[in-house]
Amino acid sequence: MEGTNSNGKFKVIGTRPIRHDGVDKVIGRAKYGADYAFPGMLHGKVLRSPHAHAKIKSIKTDKALKLPGVKAVVTAADLPQADDKIEQAGEMAINPRHLSMNILAHDKALYDGHAIAAVAATSPHIAEEALKLIEVEYEVLPPVMTVDVAMKPGAAILHPTLRNREEGDKQTNVANHIQFKRGDLEAGFKAADFVIEREFNTAMVHQGYIEPHNAVGIYNADGQATIYCSTQGAFDVRSLSAQVVGVPVGKIKVVPAEIGGGFGGKTTVYLEPLSLLLSKKTGHPVKMVMTRGEVLRGSGPTSGSKIKVKMGATKDGKIVAAEVWMAYEAGAFPGSPVGAGAMCILAPYTIENLQIDAYDVVVNRPKTAAYRAPGATNAAMAGETVVDEIAERCGIDPIELRVKNGVKEGSPQVVGPPFKAIGFIETLDAIRNSDHYKSKLSGPHQGRGVATGFWFNAGMQSSATVNIHTDGTASVVTGSPDIGGSRASMAMITAEVLGIPVTDVRPLVADTDSIGHTDVTGGSRVTFATGMAVYEAAQDAARQLRERAAKVWEVKPDEVELHDGTVSLKDPASVEKGEGKPPMSIKELATKLARTGGPITGRASVNARGVGPAFATTLVDVEVDPDTGKVQILRCTVAQDVGKAIHPSYVEGQMQGGTAQGIGWGLNEEYFYDDKGILRNTGLLDYRMPTCLDLPLIETAIVEVANPGHPLGVRGVGEVSIVPPPAALANAIYRAVGVRMSETPMSPPRLLKEILKKRATDETQSAAAD
Amino acid sequence: MSKKSLVETTINGEAVEFLCEPRQSLLECLRDVLEMTGSKEGCLTGDCGACSVLIDGRAVCSCLMLGVEAQGKNIRTVEGLADGNALHPLQQKFLEHASLQCGICTPGFLMSATALLERNSEPTEAEVRYALAGNLCRCTGYDKIVRAVLDAAKSMKSGVRTSRAA
Amino acid sequence: MHAFSFESPSTLAEALKIMKANGDKARPICGGTDLIIQMRAGVRQPAVIVDIKKVKEMRELKFSPKSGLKLGATVSCIDVAENADMRRHYPGLTEAAHLIGSLQIQNRASIGGNLCNGSPAADTTPALIALKAKARIAGGKATRDVPVEEFVLSPGRTVLKPGELLVQLLIPAPAPHSSDAYLRFIPRNEMDIAVVGVGASVTLAGGVVKAARIGLGAVAATPLVADKAAESLIGKKLDESALATAAQLASEASSPIDDMRGTAEYRRHVTGVLTRRALTIAAERAQKH
Repeated sequence: MEGTNSNGKFKVIGTRPIRHDGVDKVIGRAKYGADYAFPGMLHGKVLRSPHAHAKIKSIKTDKALKLPGVKAVVTAADLPQADDKIEQAGEMAINPRHLSMNILAHDKALYDGHAIAAVAATSPHIAEEALKLIEVEYEVLPPVMTVDVAMKPGAAILHPTLRNREEGDKQTNVANHIQFKRGDLEAGFKAADFVIEREFNTAMVHQGYIEPHNAVGIYNADGQATIYCSTQGAFDVRSLSAQVVGVPVGKIKVVPAEIGGGFGGKTTVYLEPLSLLLSKKTGHPVKMVMTRGEVLRGSGPTSGSKIKVKMGATKDGKIVAAEVWMAYEAGAFPGSPVGAGAMCILAPYTIENLQIDAYDVVVNRPKTAAYRAPGATNAAMAGETVVDEIAERCGIDPIELRVKNGVKEGSPQVVGPPFKAIGFIETLDAIRNSDHYKSKLSGPHQGRGVATGFWFNAGMQSSATVNIHTDGTASVVTGSPDIGGSRASMAMITAEVLGIPVTDVRPLVADTDSIGHTDVTGGSRVTFATGMAVYEAAQDAARQLRERAAKVWEVKPDEVELHDGTVSLKDPASVEKGEGKPPMSIKELATKLARTGGPITGRASVNARGVGPAFATTLVDVEVDPDTGKVQILRCTVAQDVGKAIHPSYVEGQMQGGTAQGIGWGLNEEYFYDDKGILRNTGLLDYRMPTCLDLPLIETAIVEVANPGHPLGVRGVGEVSIVPPPAALANAIYRAVGVRMSETPMSPPRLLKEILKKRATDETQSAAAD
Repeated sequence: MSKKSLVETTINGEAVEFLCEPRQSLLECLRDVLEMTGSKEGCLTGDCGACSVLIDGRAVCSCLMLGVEAQGKNIRTVEGLADGNALHPLQQKFLEHASLQCGICTPGFLMSATALLERNSEPTEAEVRYALAGNLCRCTGYDKIVRAVLDAAKSMKSGVRTSRAA
Repeated sequence: MHAFSFESPSTLAEALKIMKANGDKARPICGGTDLIIQMRAGVRQPAVIVDIKKVKEMRELKFSPKSGLKLGATVSCIDVAENADMRRHYPGLTEAAHLIGSLQIQNRASIGGNLCNGSPAADTTPALIALKAKARIAGGKATRDVPVEEFVLSPGRTVLKPGELLVQLLIPAPAPHSSDAYLRFIPRNEMDIAVVGVGASVTLAGGVVKAARIGLGAVAATPLVADKAAESLIGKKLDESALATAAQLASEASSPIDDMRGTAEYRRHVTGVLTRRALTIAAERAQKH
């Protein structure tokens, strides 16, 4: 790598420096979206539908407007017309009409929590009181809460104009049907020695970020607007808010605040367009923050699903055929991650004969949003438990079975060209070499389970600039909001290329005016794509530094090299005027910039290609209380191929965090709706995420099979670790108490029911045997 | 809106007075009235601990306390943990162990951990986990948080005070 | 939250005066860990909040081996959990107090408040019932003592009339070879409301059960006393068969519902499981006293 230190080993990359934004975060100074305040600021609140499915007959706002302190009330009538078609907004494909309808309901309330109106007032308490004075007349319709109900003939229809390609002009709740096919399914199943067929149901879950959504919208008299918000993508907020409110993109600046967790749930907009709209109407900055109840009811959880898997294998453990039917809840508007789920479900295995039918189904629940490897966790719960059953049937160790069928470089993908270099098998080896794997279980009702996850990761667009300061230090500016410590990695890459200490590089996350277009922080893409842009921008700065030194020395640029933060002549003896020109540090060169041509800024923009997919394998030990169905996690290890770990501590952190979320998904998290379609668990008391006391230390094994598509071999780490845990837990529970779970979450009441069923069956059988 | 009253407290060692309505929680008073935004709002039901502050040395959820109930109390928040530019050992260890990713839960954890270590200078891993059970983190899986607290306990026992991280 | 006024009386007399003057428009606040949540949700909207934390009689914890325990209504759960007399003589009630919510909640909440909130799932109520606790109520025509198992009338409603306040909880001195235990079932390891709560107290004499009492929580509209289950143990050794019978009878005494925390079927089963376990622990402790 040009510009690294002399002996070819990394000096900074792979070390664990303290993150540059760390002090501000531990002393409470860092500003998150809800921490902003401006003079004359008003407070906004949202009125939300109390019905799952209803026609909106009328909305009367006059009483609310009369309340002292209330400055404005808005409804969908205040929004411009939006088209009912798919178009590009930024890099995303969206339906503008659906987006607008989700921000403020048009003619129908489509879920409990759907935004109906918004109020701006002088205090949040007054805004809340004003909501009670808004009069809405509803005509309640039957709620459609599950894919089963939605897909039945005669089901109540959410969108009268929704059509899919297969059903012609028929009204439907099925927005899309995607199919992947390979080989000859019938022949495949004929060649199998046995076939296993299972059906799974996974409940809707939420990303569970601790920070609720927030936005401060400031619309100026001159038509220029600024939005401060916690977001995973300032450019997305800009284009989506512009779309919804009808303000030109170029008139909006979005400033990304520090963000308190996103996991995909903050890649879209909810409050941002409303705060902008209310600011436009009142002429004041308007701040809006969701309560936890609003987060659960009115943001974007991920799909619950129904998945049927049929797999055939030979008795020596070769999977020869697989047929999958999967239907995912899209929520109130089309767009579940069922397509991604279909691409991931059996991706770790080479299966010649394959058919996957995937259905995107609308239901009266919040519109789903991305959640860490969207769609893949649901899929793995199904696929990985059937694979475990196959291993058991064949009498083969489950890891060995995966090695036998596992994809390697050159293996085909479900969609796209064959895999380039990947590290799936290496993650299986890492698990087998772990202390955890070598340890023995020690008590009754304990079991060990393993599962694997795949995620394809994303590339997309990123921009970066590297500014050289007058003292030879540098700043690196990107547009990637930092949710997990990524800005430290950006500084590390810059420092590595320039050969200067990482403490001499200041990383910044910039607003939409101060950096080129950058797509969301998500898709495990920041270290990959933004890291690529940073690498290239630093290389650009390095090139300019070499050229400037050449100018100072009056030699040709290709006679100058940069190593360890020092420019020098490659071969002073062979260069005209080469004598007496000792190497110069960047610090020294920086003092000469003004009179040799001016400041140096390196820059790069990428639409990153060469994405490297990710694999993770998770091993978990559980102990089950057979009398209550409660599961304790005894030990957990996750191995993941990350390509190259820039900052190993934060890489470990991503692996541990995703694992913890997967454990919550598998054991206790779910949305409870009653038969009227009203959400019952609107708080963190009954939306049960793992506490500190529910988890052990999470052991990590970082696998590095370099991604050939990235200059540093980076693959991206953020997502895939969430995929295996529910299936790994299911497999462990099976070995602990002999029941195979086919539903998530595997909460105590569900697990106990299966345990008691099995106990009754065993007792009948042994009685019969006597 | 009802009449505001004057509340007199000590916050991070300084005498502080503020005006608030009875319905404003202590969290709201800290963040919106006193502009001390270090304590965070996560759930408003005492289930996440992001708003944790110390009242007379005990960790409480400031979202479940009224501002008027703070009359005469000794309050400590994350803004008062460091001694000028000398980070508290917990703050230093959180940085060294990479115990924060998004950082929104960090102030709450630091306060709960401070209360723990001031009472129990040699906690076991189980005791640390119990003391922190009221603080939710969604990013880290708690692993590096627990390690940092155990490491800080050792540091504090040996009486080491550090300067601000480089 | 709705607008309300806030009073902070220094004496019991002052507190009762304010409560009487405002009738059902006043509500006392102790830890606030239920009330503030309810006010935010609009479930309770008192016009006057009365902070009773300064009232002397409510702040005191007095134990004597002869007369037992006088537990002030506002003594915090953490003060109970850290009190040596409580841990030694009433370990079940103490562990119930130490299980509520998180440390942040325990540092503010009180056993008295837990009872007055009137939730069928309150953690400390089954333990109080097992100990034959009485609630001392002031503010009516005369001070009255109400057995804890009669205190909660329906979810959220108690026997307290407008103008009345719970002042203390009175618990008899433990007899020789007596102890108690509290167990609850929650899906996680902390922070959850009890899906099933069982408080058990046992007195042993000559290797058999001399007295027993079982309180159940979260398995009916109010906390319950499982009389038949306790009676079935009298005069018996606490062996497998006795435990099984008691567990079965406790299950039958419950009348749980299906909700998002568990099914009725699940709760009935777990009631039996926890009854058995709580009795066993109480008996082990009783043998040591």
